[in-house]
Amino acid sequence: MIPPAFEYARPETVEEAVRLLAEAGDEAKVLAGGQSLLPLLRLRLAFPELVVDVGRIPGLRGVREDGDTLVIGALTTHHEVIRDPLVRRHAGLLAAATATVADPAVRHRGTLGGSLAHADPAGDLPAVVLALDGELVAAGPEGRRTVPAREFFVDYLQSALSPDELLIEIRVPKADGWGFHYEKFHRVAQSWAIVGVAALVRREDGRIAEARVGLTNMGATPLRASAAETALAGADGPDPVRRAASGAAEGTRPGQDASASPEYRAHLARVLTERAVLTAAGMG
Amino acid sequence: MTDQAVAGEVGREVGRARPRKEDARLLTGQTTWTDNIQVAGMLHLAVLRSPMAHARITRVDVAPALERPGVLAAFSGADLAEGLGSLPCAWPVTEDIVLPDHPPIAVDEVRYAGDPVAVVVARDRYAAADALEAVEVDYDPLPPVLDLEAALAEDAPLVHSDKGTNRCYAWPLATGESFAAVRERADVTLKRRYHQQRLIPNAMEPRAVVVTPLAASGEYTVYSATQIPHILRIMLATVTGIPEHKLRVIAPDVGGGFGSKLQVYGEEALALAVARELGRPVKWTESRSEGYLATHHGRGMIQDIEVAATREGRLLGLKVDLVADMGAYLMLVTPGIPILGAFMYPAIYKMDAYEFRCTGVFTTRTPTDAYRGAGRPEATFAIERIMDELAAELGLDPVEVRRRNWIRREEFPYTTIAGLTYDSGDYEAATDRALSLFGYDDLRAEQRARNERGDPVRLGIGVSTFTEMCGLAPSRVLRDLRYGAGGWEAASIRMLPTGKVEVVTGTSPHGQGHETCWSQIAADVLGVPFEDVEVLHGDTKSSPQGMDTYGSRSLAVGGEAVHRAATTVVAKARKVAAHLLEASEQDLEFRDGVFSVKGSPEARRSIQEIAFEAFTNHDLPDGVEPSINAEHVVDPENFSFPHGTHLCAVEVHTETGWTRIRSYVCVDDVGRVVNPVIVEGQVHGGLAQGIAQALYEEAVYDDEGNLVSGSMADYLVPSAPDLPDFVTDRTETPATSNALGVKGVGEAGTIASTPAVVNAVVDALRPLGVTDVRMPCTPERVWRAVREATA
Repeated sequence: MIPPAFEYARPETVEEAVRLLAEAGDEAKVLAGGQSLLPLLRLRLAFPELVVDVGRIPGLRGVREDGDTLVIGALTTHHEVIRDPLVRRHAGLLAAATATVADPAVRHRGTLGGSLAHADPAGDLPAVVLALDGELVAAGPEGRRTVPAREFFVDYLQSALSPDELLIEIRVPKADGWGFHYEKFHRVAQSWAIVGVAALVRREDGRIAEARVGLTNMGATPLRASAAETALAGADGPDPVRRAASGAAEGTRPGQDASASPEYRAHLARVLTERAVLTAAGMG
Repeated sequence: MTDQAVAGEVGREVGRARPRKEDARLLTGQTTWTDNIQVAGMLHLAVLRSPMAHARITRVDVAPALERPGVLAAFSGADLAEGLGSLPCAWPVTEDIVLPDHPPIAVDEVRYAGDPVAVVVARDRYAAADALEAVEVDYDPLPPVLDLEAALAEDAPLVHSDKGTNRCYAWPLATGESFAAVRERADVTLKRRYHQQRLIPNAMEPRAVVVTPLAASGEYTVYSATQIPHILRIMLATVTGIPEHKLRVIAPDVGGGFGSKLQVYGEEALALAVARELGRPVKWTESRSEGYLATHHGRGMIQDIEVAATREGRLLGLKVDLVADMGAYLMLVTPGIPILGAFMYPAIYKMDAYEFRCTGVFTTRTPTDAYRGAGRPEATFAIERIMDELAAELGLDPVEVRRRNWIRREEFPYTTIAGLTYDSGDYEAATDRALSLFGYDDLRAEQRARNERGDPVRLGIGVSTFTEMCGLAPSRVLRDLRYGAGGWEAASIRMLPTGKVEVVTGTSPHGQGHETCWSQIAADVLGVPFEDVEVLHGDTKSSPQGMDTYGSRSLAVGGEAVHRAATTVVAKARKVAAHLLEASEQDLEFRDGVFSVKGSPEARRSIQEIAFEAFTNHDLPDGVEPSINAEHVVDPENFSFPHGTHLCAVEVHTETGWTRIRSYVCVDDVGRVVNPVIVEGQVHGGLAQGIAQALYEEAVYDDEGNLVSGSMADYLVPSAPDLPDFVTDRTETPATSNALGVKGVGEAGTIASTPAVVNAVVDALRPLGVTDVRMPCTPERVWRAVREATA
């Protein structure tokens, strides 16, 4: 389809981007890899007056270490995330989940920052960054601020970013020594997850000492399966994990669409949590 | 007869795995898709569509759109009504069929979400799309009509209120004994209801049309992404009143159709009407989501099927009661699609009674029409599903129950209970080969083991022994079916003076590879190099006569026409050769493109030299035409009947409902094969589409009649990672109804695979008590079926 008419700007710096966003008020949209925004424009579901293309701002792409934290530039593409040695070493969950995103063409264009800022609960990466206890760094007219992932995803397609803020980097604590797995359930390879479960597990003495479980597409935002996480502590084998995972859908509000009912999604959340945790814990 | 004998020698090219001539062009982007066509001064159309399923139009004001930048004109339905007739339905299947008026653009009432209500014409596509938003339309909502059975109730709201009913037609067929009689003596009867969900065809290339008018002569050239340039020309002449000889229709490179471009669309007529109105060239190209609303859909039926059989599993009779969703209007062959299926329900089986009835129903949804297989996949699904149910009921292996009923190889030609005469086939050979490639017995053993240990991942094996009818069609049969035209096809061969060859065909390829195959056929008969043959098609000026491409007819009918025309070229060349070689025709041999005199091998002329001689010779004898060109129009004597055995193994995860196709084996018999690479490609693509119906695709509407699966995000077309590696093989039983022995392959994979997959899913779950899963067998549906059965 044909997108509605819009003005286009391609700032060279974060400051210029923020200024353009601030001037446009609510009427601007940020374009990074374009894998979420362009379909919205073409289906005429978004009508921005201004599209701010941040794709060529230097310094927003790539991965670096900062002590115990991994810092990933918002414009780092999915493909780069998957192949990055630092991500693979310290945040393997992110690399593994990103490898399930859409198809190679999308992964070469789409960016981590774009996927998170889009705040689609059906996207794979919001739940992953939530499970990783990541933080998101935004630049605005007042400077920079850091938002924990737990506070970043506010509602359906709505993040904590204000219209004049730009997501510039994602900070993820290194999860060295944690087992991980992303269990995605979708009908065809290129479709959204009906449900996805991101699991991180730290084991001590053959038991699960600590587990973090992020849920994709189980509500208006990505969610943590808190009840299951609590119940998983101390689990020492498949049966306790299964019992703990049976609480994975507690507190969720999954939606209805052509592929699945809320009831089925809740069932999947339990089954997939069990699988993801068992795999992450090496108990599968 | 000498020439027939020569023709029988084809085989140097026919059967050879030639890479397709078309591919270099297609793969390097040197194609002419309709949307690539640029003409000086060309304007762009955008179509405003109804956002609701059913409403009275109380006001359309296009004036605000005219204020928008770049807009030159805008029209409501009323503005264009005078110059546009009703879109055609060429297949009124019964005498008393209800044929509603179908304006290319709605005037008073919209009857499906997507029905056109206004047209904006602008300097570029963007301006046209933007200006659509300025058109003002007021609607007075009417109740949607969505449930096929409720639509037939006395007090149901009507799609076409002037017709007084939503029943379009009722078409019955009853042959052999009465079903009631055979049911009396049957040991077992089974009755099932199957749902054929609506499908959206997904040709890679969206629809597009370009019209260029020539004011001085009143001529119009219509470029369209169509399967049917010849039929389109006639129909557009009728709809617009532009005389046929002033219309030229060109189907340039066309990127797939699957039946969706076997159509005369409102947008084609609108583009022509606007070009006539403005005297300017115009273009319209649909977007994918627009196509989902406005390009016809396929399937959409409720099938009640009943079989009566003996204890030993011998079929006695079959009864089918169909309700078919026509959608809001009858398009080119809408009513005929389920009727094509009527003859295929008995499939490869012998029985004593057959009763069929189809009721066509109007609904407020996008019209339905041909989609790959068109009536035959639906029929094959229902019979192959219920054969598995019969096997289960009797405790027989599903292959065995088929074996006990199918037409044995020595019984051909065989006239089926539905009245078709199957000329050839060997179901035993195809099935035995498939079973062996599949490792049937080993998989059954694994299945038993999994069932015994209560494995949460069950194994299922699905069988489909299908046949279909291709080569649409003998004109006499079409007459009896009240089809609006004959089933012939035309070809001509132009022997150019330099010895090169132009094959002109009335078929209209849109991905099939006719240029390659027709070249192979002509090269063999004429004995000329493959590279010396060019195939012309898809332009009513260069290829004036044709019935176009659909229904797996092109090779069996159009290829046959090429073969016969080439045979006539050889016969005509023989006369010229006899003169040049000073010999009698009887003394000439023709081999590998060369005429020689028996006993004097040095006296020889190639057919390519003879083409030059015919052009230049000054002293041909009386009665010998100075041309060896020839043309032929073939009216086939019968359909052709490809068949095959498809076997599918699935793993079904009972915990989640997830289904994975573990292996898929098919052995198809498509008669003689002209090009095995092309046949393989057709089978693979067909399998993908059939599997898609079984597991993935469905056009979903909400209670208001809005298309919910309105984009590829919701309408799930599978891609390579979702499909298994296919194991394909062939048996080759030549058709006897054409000299080439070919049967057709365009739809076989789609027809056969859907029941094979669903049979496999049900087979996996049968030990748990599941007897059916509605298509598409989504994970949730499978999960619910397991849960309900085991509750």
